[in-house]
Amino acid sequence: MTNITAVDEPSGPRPSKGFNPKRIVIYGIIIVAAMYYLLPLYVMITTSLKGLPEIRVGNIFAPPLEIITIEPWVKAWTSACTGLTCEGLAPGFWNSVKITVPSTIISVLVAAVSGYALVNWRFKGSEFFFTCLLLGSFIPYQVMLYPMVMITAQLKIFGTLWAVILVHTVFGMPILVLLFRNYFASLPQELFKAARVDGAGFWRIFIQIMVPMSLPIFAVAIILQVTGIWNDFLFGVVFAGTQNYPMTVQLNNIVNSTQGVREYNVNMAATILTAAVPLLVYFVSGKWFVRGIAAGAVKG
Amino acid sequence: MTDIGRSGAMGRPVEADKPPGLLYNIFVRNITAKIAASPMVAIVLIVFIGCTLWSVWFSFTDSRSLPNGDFVGWAQYERLFSARRWKISATNLLTYGIFSLVFTMVVGFLLAVLMDQKLRFEDGFRTIFLYPFALSGIVTGLVWQWIMNPTLGLQSTIRGLGWTSFTFDWITNTDMVLYALLIAGTWHGTGFVMVLMLAGLRSIDGEIWKAARVDGIPAWRTYLQIVLPMMRGVIVTTLVIVGSGIVRTYDLVVALTNGGPGLSSEVPAKYVINYMFTAGNLGQALAASTIMLVAVFVILIPWIMIEFGPKKAR
Repeated sequence: MTNITAVDEPSGPRPSKGFNPKRIVIYGIIIVAAMYYLLPLYVMITTSLKGLPEIRVGNIFAPPLEIITIEPWVKAWTSACTGLTCEGLAPGFWNSVKITVPSTIISVLVAAVSGYALVNWRFKGSEFFFTCLLLGSFIPYQVMLYPMVMITAQLKIFGTLWAVILVHTVFGMPILVLLFRNYFASLPQELFKAARVDGAGFWRIFIQIMVPMSLPIFAVAIILQVTGIWNDFLFGVVFAGTQNYPMTVQLNNIVNSTQGVREYNVNMAATILTAAVPLLVYFVSGKWFVRGIAAGAVKG
Repeated sequence: MTDIGRSGAMGRPVEADKPPGLLYNIFVRNITAKIAASPMVAIVLIVFIGCTLWSVWFSFTDSRSLPNGDFVGWAQYERLFSARRWKISATNLLTYGIFSLVFTMVVGFLLAVLMDQKLRFEDGFRTIFLYPFALSGIVTGLVWQWIMNPTLGLQSTIRGLGWTSFTFDWITNTDMVLYALLIAGTWHGTGFVMVLMLAGLRSIDGEIWKAARVDGIPAWRTYLQIVLPMMRGVIVTTLVIVGSGIVRTYDLVVALTNGGPGLSSEVPAKYVINYMFTAGNLGQALAASTIMLVAVFVILIPWIMIEFGPKKAR
């Protein structure tokens, strides 16, 4: 088993500085793939900058050749019709803000405290509850939807922003608790023990020791929640009530409302506007976003 | 390091002279921690357990637009499995699900392998492959609806270039609409699979690669026969996450086709919502959602076996 390998051993130079044919093929494939992934973004942007006559000519991939217009963007934001009203996406944007900000803050805080309690203050059945929570994250939302409608109706918040906020907090719990639990478990236990010995209590250890050490995981959790909640459609449409529809619901109503001439440029401008917040979060946060989804998938 | 002698073992209450009875242990011990964890406990008990049991229970009633207690046994399920719309929805999900699962996993893995070749601009490429995952199903659906629009999208562009018989009308074609859904779904989901697979590839010991190279095993065989089996844990986790996501498929369909043309792209999640809020047949909706629940737990079994089985993998 020695003589075969000895021959071709030196033929594989490790540092591939130059371009051999194999590398060119690899780059070729990956660039083609990248173009497929970028195509929709490109189409969204170019379509939103074209006038309707240019769109009707029918080359969806051509860059805007005539005058570039931002009129579709203005219309999408201020006056596009959702089937009921013609106020554009602006109200939806603000509804989404009003839903996303409190939901993110509440769910992240509750989950952080729960994760901390699960790791450092184990109580009877704490592992059982955690396992249930983990399994619960796989239950289709449709299963729990109607009882949640009844609960929010009982609490007299159905059809308000608070109902959506409550629902997002509840259903964000599994992934966030998992995130925090795994992170807190990875911190050196001696720190916690030392603080205990010095007489610090539950909250004091949490606020003065745990939180300052876990800012990265807070960032990951916030990124995860902001994008997830902003992108939600189902809970918004069921729990928010017509006045409080988030941006995704209004976007769908604008684009898929059947009345009148279909203004594809306005539709695409509206689509980009709706995608803007998660895209911004994604491009700014970069590696943190990756960490977030990887942390969610790799169970501790 | 002052008063170590006094403060006992970890987690014991400060006033340790009380007798540690059962009730005391359950309710009083570390009371602050229990109060702090109570929202989580309440969510588990009320929502994840309570609401699920409630839904399963009421799927055996003849509830119309409001829940009531008239028990009808398996009637809702019998009706469900004889309903044409449910049959279409379930078959659609099965077809779409299998294709989507295989496609996203294979493409995601291949992309990860390509990304693992010490590329320049790796971060840039990863950003490009993953950004669709940051978008909502609604946005994804609407963009692809526009690109696949037969009169103004891809089809008309190619025809404009001179190939006049070119057809790409999947989105309005009853037989092909599921594949239109597949294009959009794959675009949305592969980046996620790629990131997980890449993490899996990177976690493999470099020594294994060296050993394989010394033995003269070609790279593709090393991937197929050595690396893939070693990544079993990551692969199962990814399969479970992607699989249970597919069962939930809802907003992508709403935005892309809204179930059309006709019923040809209906999915179970839409069936439930429709009977729950539009058609006012709660019992039927809950029966359908219970079947979805069963489907998810069937998908979960391999993961449960690995995670809670006799020995943890890795």
